[in-house]
Amino acid sequence: MAFSALVNVMLKPGIADPQGQTIERALPVLGYTGVREVRVGKRIQLELDAADANEARDRVVEMCDKLLANPVIESYEVTIR
Amino acid sequence: MTSVGIVVFPGSNCEQDCMRSLSALGASPEMVWHTESALPDVDVVVLPGGFAYGDYLRTGAIARFSPVMDAVSKHAEAGGLVIGICNGFQILCEAGMLPGALRKNAGLKFLCKWTEVRVENAATPFTSRAHLGDVLRIPINHFEGNWYCDPETLGRLRDNGQIVLRYVDNPNGSLESVAGLCNENGNVFGLMPHPERACDAVLGSEDGQVILRSMLDHMRSSVA
Repeated sequence: MAFSALVNVMLKPGIADPQGQTIERALPVLGYTGVREVRVGKRIQLELDAADANEARDRVVEMCDKLLANPVIESYEVTIR
Repeated sequence: MTSVGIVVFPGSNCEQDCMRSLSALGASPEMVWHTESALPDVDVVVLPGGFAYGDYLRTGAIARFSPVMDAVSKHAEAGGLVIGICNGFQILCEAGMLPGALRKNAGLKFLCKWTEVRVENAATPFTSRAHLGDVLRIPINHFEGNWYCDPETLGRLRDNGQIVLRYVDNPNGSLESVAGLCNENGNVFGLMPHPERACDAVLGSEDGQVILRSMLDHMRSSVA
């Protein structure tokens, strides 16, 4: 069966995110006050074949551990559809 | 004569500088294409600077899976010297051969400038020509040099003397101003500054020779 996978990769909590900080500083300039905790991540989408959704998830999780995310600084979430 | 293998990935761009500097210091360097599954018989492996695989996904993330990296890893496990400069440092971290990771510079600017780095451990194969506390003038040229590791790892690195170089004036937000560090055995070394670009007085500094000569000395003395 064909599955679609969405992977959200984020810097782990507590790790400084200079891109997020820059956006956070820019928003009030446009009048958007009171915005906090802006964090920037990556979204990776892919399609794959697997016997079922569980197998698809396992394979994508393995891809995340090996390549798509760096466990030293990043965490990830996998959604299978 | 110390033989050196300079690994070339698609997107490496400092291999010629490494070749020239190491030749001038009396070594015998040769290029090794990243698709090789074995290294030639070399004493030292250099992972040079550049943008291997376009730095896509993360710096070094794709390069670490190049066929040659298995051989580099085995070379290190056998006690051979490996030095990763800039992008090479990023690749070594992604490969798990050095601890931590390199994030975007804190100021979100690509930095190309001279820096001063202090020698924090002069007992490594890469710093034996320096004295503890010596300050070396070596240029940086990177967007992702902001090194990070978790607190537990950091404590271990400090205790083991694995933090080898620190910036005098931290340019990129690197944790504890780390500019260069080695593995637990001391034979794998990564640094963001480019010693190969500071080997000639006409280029502004010869301090990079301290690093490269230390490395070549080590091989000569271990052969003798």
